[in-house]
Amino acid sequence: MNGMALLSIFVLSVFIGFEVVSKVSTTLHTPLMSGANAIHGVILVGAIIVAGRSNSTLELTLSLIAVVLATVNMVGGFVVTDRMLEMFKGKKVSTTK
Amino acid sequence: MSRNIYDLIGLIAAVAFILALKGLSSPKSARNGNLMGAAGATLVTVLVFFYEKPAHLVLIILAIVVGSAIGVPTARKVKMTAMPQLVALFNGVGGGAAALVAIVEYLRLGSTSSAGDVAATIFTVIVGCVSFTGSIVTFLKLQELMTTRPVVFAGGRFLIAFVLATVVGAAGWVAVSRGSLALGVLSILSLIFGVLFVLPVGGADVPIVISLLNAFTGLTVAASGYVLQTTVLIVAGTLVGASGTILTRKMAQAMGRPIYGILFGAFTATPTAALNAADARPVRSGSADDVAILLAYARRVVIVPGFGLAVAQAQHTVRELADLLTARGVDVAYAIHPVAGRMPGHMNVLLAEANVPYEQLVEMEEINPTFAQTDVALVVGANDVVNPAAKTSPGCPIYGMPILDVGNAANVIFLKRSMRPGFAGIENELLYDPKTTLLFGDAKASLTKVVSALKAF
Repeated sequence: MNGMALLSIFVLSVFIGFEVVSKVSTTLHTPLMSGANAIHGVILVGAIIVAGRSNSTLELTLSLIAVVLATVNMVGGFVVTDRMLEMFKGKKVSTTK
Repeated sequence: MSRNIYDLIGLIAAVAFILALKGLSSPKSARNGNLMGAAGATLVTVLVFFYEKPAHLVLIILAIVVGSAIGVPTARKVKMTAMPQLVALFNGVGGGAAALVAIVEYLRLGSTSSAGDVAATIFTVIVGCVSFTGSIVTFLKLQELMTTRPVVFAGGRFLIAFVLATVVGAAGWVAVSRGSLALGVLSILSLIFGVLFVLPVGGADVPIVISLLNAFTGLTVAASGYVLQTTVLIVAGTLVGASGTILTRKMAQAMGRPIYGILFGAFTATPTAALNAADARPVRSGSADDVAILLAYARRVVIVPGFGLAVAQAQHTVRELADLLTARGVDVAYAIHPVAGRMPGHMNVLLAEANVPYEQLVEMEEINPTFAQTDVALVVGANDVVNPAAKTSPGCPIYGMPILDVGNAANVIFLKRSMRPGFAGIENELLYDPKTTLLFGDAKASLTKVVSALKAF
């Protein structure tokens, strides 16, 4: 894929990112931060790619560490966010704030 | 698997992430949103195995198992009170992973990498390393494994400026030489800069730094996506970067201070030494019975929860107290300061755990005008968010932060462990006010006593 297409994706994503959280209430700041945190754990995909392509012990070692760290970030992040959000379930909530 | 199918599934995952963030901005849809994000992440992780057909398959799967074995139990066991530091830690390892990915790809490509790749690598290594060590320092501060106050030393700002200059220099070296030694030096300097960057940030401001570092990590993931030509990394990383930036700004606004002041305020603020001399002044401390009587005959009670409530795990007891008071016809509300606790929204999470009705949680702007009609403001383990020094003492670390005006209530009750100042380390004048009653002890123990005193009526 060429650089221009990647740049377009980047710029459009910035605007989507701004848009989706612009109206969030303070109630959900913690889960939102934690959920966004889990999403960037998708760097796991990058770690798997570089680990699979590595040709030296150094590259393999570093990329396997990256896989471990990224997994902790992604899996742990989603689990902890779900635990937080579980507490908000089943109650009457207002969305106006 | 063809590139088209790979990209298509990557697109589906990207949409899942957008919907996840969208869902997280409303309590109704939040949980499903998060599950959708998790599904998207799982999908794309499984997919990459089929598309890439990576070598070292067993080792990679083993590494994933190890990561899950660390991440899942930690996430399950952590107490709601320790949530902020866990999020900081997870964010840090994510930043570290992004930096490592960039380093490995740089080593592999060697001299064949394009100028754009090198630029993206330099960015990812610097910001990923800063996010990694910065988050660890944040974790240590929140876990109280080190001082929570701003760490400032003579020449600190010059040292930071110097290290930043060497980081820029090393980045230039990497760009020119394209060597692995240069990249190693850049990584180490960036790790050091991350520590120095967060050290001067004190107390109540730490949550904002977590949010900022979260946005940083997002951008590094996007940059790695550029180097690896992987669209889903670009979308996911950029989304987090952009939403994290907005979130950081909103939090800074809630504290009434610019982000610059939060990050570098400790260097310019003058210490408020005079306030520490106040220790010897008398305070009025009451018994659980006194407090129960005050509460029972009030018409309107506003409960102000803070980090002390979280530490004592007193959210269920406070709800029991509120229920008893409501049964007696007392009008009860909770005043939620946007940054009460150690993370914005921390109190909402805790009180939701105790099934406190959502409508009773009132945000600061709405509740502040009502304190004048409030008979009793019951402050449970909060300090900085009700400290009038934020209004009256220019130069103190929290000056300018909007506070809950509990001082306008007819009576103020503080449940406190000791006279020790709050997280930000500032004396609270309100404690010495004649209309203030203090009940010392662990918040949960104190509340339990008050509840039994109320029941005995």
